[in-house]
Amino acid sequence: MLQYGERQDAARSATVKSIYVYEAPVRLWHWVNALAITVLAVTGYFIGSPLPTMSGEASDHFVMGYIRFAHFAAGYVVAIGLLVRIYWAFVGNAYARELFLPPFFTGQWWRELLHEIRWYAFLAPYPLKYAGHNPLAQLMMFMFFVVGVVFMIVTGFALYGEGLGQGSWADTMFGWVIPLFGQSQDVHTWHHLGMWAMATFVILHVYAAIREDVASRQSLVSTMVSGFRMFKD
Amino acid sequence: METFYEVLRRQGITRRSFMKFCSLTATSLGLGSAFTGKIAHALETKPRTPVLWMHGLECTCCSESFIRSAHPLAQDVVLSMLSLDYDDTLMASAGADAQAILEEIQQKYKGNYILAVEGNPPLNEDGMFCITAGKPFVEELKRVASDAKMVIAWGACASYGCVQAAKPNPTQATPIHKVITDKPIVRVPGCPPIAEVMTAVVTYMLTFDRLPELDRTGRPKMFYGQRIHDKCYRRPHFDAGQFVEQWDDEGARKGYCLYKVGCKGPTTYNACSTVRWNEGVSFPIGSGHGCIGCSEDGFWDKGSFYDRLTSIHQFGIESNADQVGGTVAAVAGTAVAVHAGLTALKRSRVDHDKEFPVREGGNGQWGK
Repeated sequence: MLQYGERQDAARSATVKSIYVYEAPVRLWHWVNALAITVLAVTGYFIGSPLPTMSGEASDHFVMGYIRFAHFAAGYVVAIGLLVRIYWAFVGNAYARELFLPPFFTGQWWRELLHEIRWYAFLAPYPLKYAGHNPLAQLMMFMFFVVGVVFMIVTGFALYGEGLGQGSWADTMFGWVIPLFGQSQDVHTWHHLGMWAMATFVILHVYAAIREDVASRQSLVSTMVSGFRMFKD
Repeated sequence: METFYEVLRRQGITRRSFMKFCSLTATSLGLGSAFTGKIAHALETKPRTPVLWMHGLECTCCSESFIRSAHPLAQDVVLSMLSLDYDDTLMASAGADAQAILEEIQQKYKGNYILAVEGNPPLNEDGMFCITAGKPFVEELKRVASDAKMVIAWGACASYGCVQAAKPNPTQATPIHKVITDKPIVRVPGCPPIAEVMTAVVTYMLTFDRLPELDRTGRPKMFYGQRIHDKCYRRPHFDAGQFVEQWDDEGARKGYCLYKVGCKGPTTYNACSTVRWNEGVSFPIGSGHGCIGCSEDGFWDKGSFYDRLTSIHQFGIESNADQVGGTVAAVAGTAVAVHAGLTALKRSRVDHDKEFPVREGGNGQWGK
C-alpha cells in the first residue's frame, strides 16, 4: 500500500510548489499515443468513407494501400505502447499506476468524485488538490481511455486478422471476437463507433486539461510536458 | 450392405470412369493426386452412406444451385445414383411412399446416415408455420436428426435463419443448430451456396466419413477461409483508391471497386471470387454489382445492400456509425463550448490574486 516516502510526498504538496508526477516514459507515451490516435482516427475514417476516386491506371496509385498501412502501423504503435505503459505501471512511480486502478471500493473516493462533479457544475467554490488525477479525471481516464483503447485494440486486431488470414497470430489471438459480435460487418460498426467515442474523449480530455489549468490554480497542460505539477497555492 | 463402388458398377459406370471421378474429387478438394487411390479404396470398401435431404422454411435456391453443379460426376454420383435417398423436391415418389423411405433409412442405417437440411424450422405457434407430412417440421427434423451421423446446414436459412428470420421474424424461424444440439453440424452458408462447394462438401463427407476442417463458426475452411475481398479481381482498384461512386459513372464502366456503393466483399467469407458461379462464368462483382454478403449472419438486417456503413437500428430511427458517433461528438463539443463560456463568466467575477484555501483531496494518497 502506501509507502512512507510517498505519504511524505503528498503531505509536502501542501507546502511545496511542485511535485514530479509524470516520469519521462509516461510523457513520451502520452504524446506518441496522441499522435498515433490522431492518425488512426483520420485514416480509419477514410477507410470507412474513402476519398474521391482516383483516375488513371490502378498501377499508378496506392492510396487505400497507404491509408491502410498508416492505420495498421499506428495501431501497432498504440498496442505496443499500451503494453509498455502497463509495464511502466509496475516499475514506475506511484502516479504511473492510477490510470489502471481507480479505487472503486473506497467510499471517500466516491464522495470526492461527487465534489469534483459539483466543482464542474459550478456548485463547489474550490476544487480539491491532487498531485495525480482527481477522482473524476481518474474515472474518465479509466472508463473512456483504458477501456476504450483496449476495446479498439481488440476489435482492431480482430479485423486486421481477417486480412492476415486464418491461423495468423492476430486471427489466433483475436479471431474469436468476430463471431462474438455476430459477423465481420458488426465488428466494423463497433470499431467505427469506438472511433467516435475516442474523438469524444479527446474533446473532453483537452477541455478538462485546459480548464483546470486556467481555473484550478495548478498546472495541467505543462505537467504533461515537464512532468512537474505546479501549485499556485 | 453395398459399397459405393458396387452401386456405381450396378448403375453401369465403368472402372475407368470411376477412377476419373476419384482423381477429379481429389483435385477439387485440394488433396493432390496421391489421394486418388485412397478415395478409390474408400469407395470400394466402405458401405455407402445414405443422405437424407429435408426441406423446412426455404425457397429451394439451395437445391436449384446444387443441381447445376458443373462437376458432372460428383453431381451424378451424389444426386442420382448413389447417396441421395430422400429429397422431397427431387425424388419421383411422393406422399406416404416418400415418408416410408425416410423411416426405412432411419431404421436401417441408424446412426450411419447424413442429414442435409435446407431451410429452417419456425418455432412460433408450436412450429405450425411449416408443416411437412402433416406434422410441424421442427418435430420431423428432431426425429430424423436423432439417428443421423452428421448434419449439413445448407444455405443461410439452415445456418443463420436468412430472410425468414430477419427482423421482426414473426414465425421465429430458427437456425438448425439451436434445434439439433447433439450432432456435428457443418454450415454451408450462402443464399444459395455455390453448387461446386455443396457437392464438394458432400463428397468429402462421404469419402472420408467425417466433417471437413471447420472454422470457428462451423464453416468448411477450404471454401470459407477467405473473404470475397481477399481474392477479388477488382482488389487492385480498391488499393489504388479507384471506386465506383455512382452506378452510371466512368468508374462503373471501367470496372472499379464497388466498395463505396456498398459491396460487402470485405466482410463476407465465401469462395465466389475464386470458384465463381454457373460453371465459373462470373459472380456478382464480375457482373458489376457489389456482393450483398448473403453467406454472412443476419445479412438482411444490416441496412441497404448499397450502403457502405451498416445501419444501426436504435431509438426507433435508422442511422449509421458516422451519424450516431458524429452526433455524440457534436453534443460533447457543444457542451464543452457552453461549459467553457459559463466558466469564463464565473471567473470574470473572482479575484485572481486570491488564493484557494488549501484542501488536500484523498488525504493526498490517491494516485499512489
